[in-house]
Amino acid sequence: MSPLLELHGVSASYGRATVLYSVDLTVEEGGVVALLGANGAGKTTLLRAICNMMVRTTGEILLGGLRIDHMPTESIVRLGVAHVPEGRGTFEELTVEENLRLGAYTRGGRSGDLTRSRMLARDLGRVHGYFPILEERRGQQAGTLSGGEQQMLAIARALMLRPRLLLLDEPSFGLAPIVVRKIFEILRAIQREEGIGMLLVEQNAGLALELADHAAVLEAGRLVMSGAPGAIAGDEAMRRAYLGL
Amino acid sequence: MGFATGSIYGGLALALVLIFKSTHHVNLAQGELAMFTTYVSWSLLRAGVPYWASFALTLAAAFLLGAGIHVLVVRRVQHAPVLTTVIVSIGLLIALNGLAGWIFQYTIRPFPSPFRADAWYGTSHFSSHELGMTLVTLATLALVYAFFRYTRLGLAMRATAINPESSLLVGIRVDDMLALGWGLAAVLGAVAGMMAAPIFYLEPNMMGGILVYALAAALLGGIENPWGAPLAGFAVGIVENLAGAYLVGTQIKLTVALVIIVVVLIFRPAGAFGRRTVARV
Repeated sequence: MSPLLELHGVSASYGRATVLYSVDLTVEEGGVVALLGANGAGKTTLLRAICNMMVRTTGEILLGGLRIDHMPTESIVRLGVAHVPEGRGTFEELTVEENLRLGAYTRGGRSGDLTRSRMLARDLGRVHGYFPILEERRGQQAGTLSGGEQQMLAIARALMLRPRLLLLDEPSFGLAPIVVRKIFEILRAIQREEGIGMLLVEQNAGLALELADHAAVLEAGRLVMSGAPGAIAGDEAMRRAYLGL
Repeated sequence: MGFATGSIYGGLALALVLIFKSTHHVNLAQGELAMFTTYVSWSLLRAGVPYWASFALTLAAAFLLGAGIHVLVVRRVQHAPVLTTVIVSIGLLIALNGLAGWIFQYTIRPFPSPFRADAWYGTSHFSSHELGMTLVTLATLALVYAFFRYTRLGLAMRATAINPESSLLVGIRVDDMLALGWGLAAVLGAVAGMMAAPIFYLEPNMMGGILVYALAAALLGGIENPWGAPLAGFAVGIVENLAGAYLVGTQIKLTVALVIIVVVLIFRPAGAFGRRTVARV
């Protein structure tokens, strides 16, 4: 496997407040990395740093060997990085289908209208396969969906990009356990069928470690442990301090 | 009867709503932009360009002027406090007004209508220009709505207005969308200006009063509601006319607009058709 995403000595700050200190992290092509840690450890900031959103970063961030730090967010997205932000970030006043079409906004701009609509139809079918409920709700305003459906819509919209790398920020946030389990099952299916690399930020360590093939723990902006999910889940100190297992 | 002038207020009100929805700023210079582009049309006409050719060229110039002002001026203060952006838009208002006076002088000039006064569709209630301008405005509004509803770019612009951060995350160039929005708003203003000028005459201050009526219409329709603005524009036009004729007289009928603004802000801040949204914190 070759590295898809590499972070070398990445520090990040909001104004004068430094939130991340020299983080090294790698996501392999098609691999799933779980990033764990307490509230305020800097997990969300790390994802925002990768997309260059509102944070100042130093260090190197590479996607498939190409430097992407200092690229504007839209350009990073165009390279195939789909970010499902904390709080889902759906376009609440637009319909489910419009949200999904926006997910494919950057794709196939030059290839003419016919191929574009064919491509859209094919990809809508693909994400509806993972999330049948979204097909039922296609004409509904996104803001009227339940929390779980909105999370599904956010993930589906990210898939419309046909990303190489999916950044997931707390997909379990605020959802009932049964819904969370369902979403993780779908994520597993997506990973199996599409081989997309994923960087998954989670408070729900149990489910995240089940899905991941690599895990890292962030504490107060520093990476304190990194290794196989089993090793981290088995480490007594880690379990008590960060994972709540 | 106010219907025709109402269409001008509605068009300009929609321009205000477009910019408010995407940036949360009221662009006080919207009227002066319309006035300035009307002078562009006037110059073209004087140079011998046929009416509809100059109409089209003026819309193109308005688009460039609007988008250019966003890129060169507005973008630089988009994260500044509200007071700064208000002052910038007042500054633009004064600058455009002064520039127009400097280039074209403050003389009041007649401006032609493309609809001949003796055309068959003119009646004693509705002059041919009033009917024509209402139709031109309605056609423009229909085009703008179709653009937002049915095109990929229109969808991207709506997305930008709703959630700029998520728009970046799907790869939309948000700054470009905002510049496009300014361009479109200026085009709407240019249509309003060219349709208003045959009635109000062309001079640098022609849009001052019209902007106040448009602002009243935008607020009455709901400053976040693109459907409300044109409807409220017609309503304001009719109320203005009735009040001018039967209530306060033409001398102080601008007061009607100010009364509408105050009443709406006190009793229905989201507009007559607006839904009030409550933010959860």
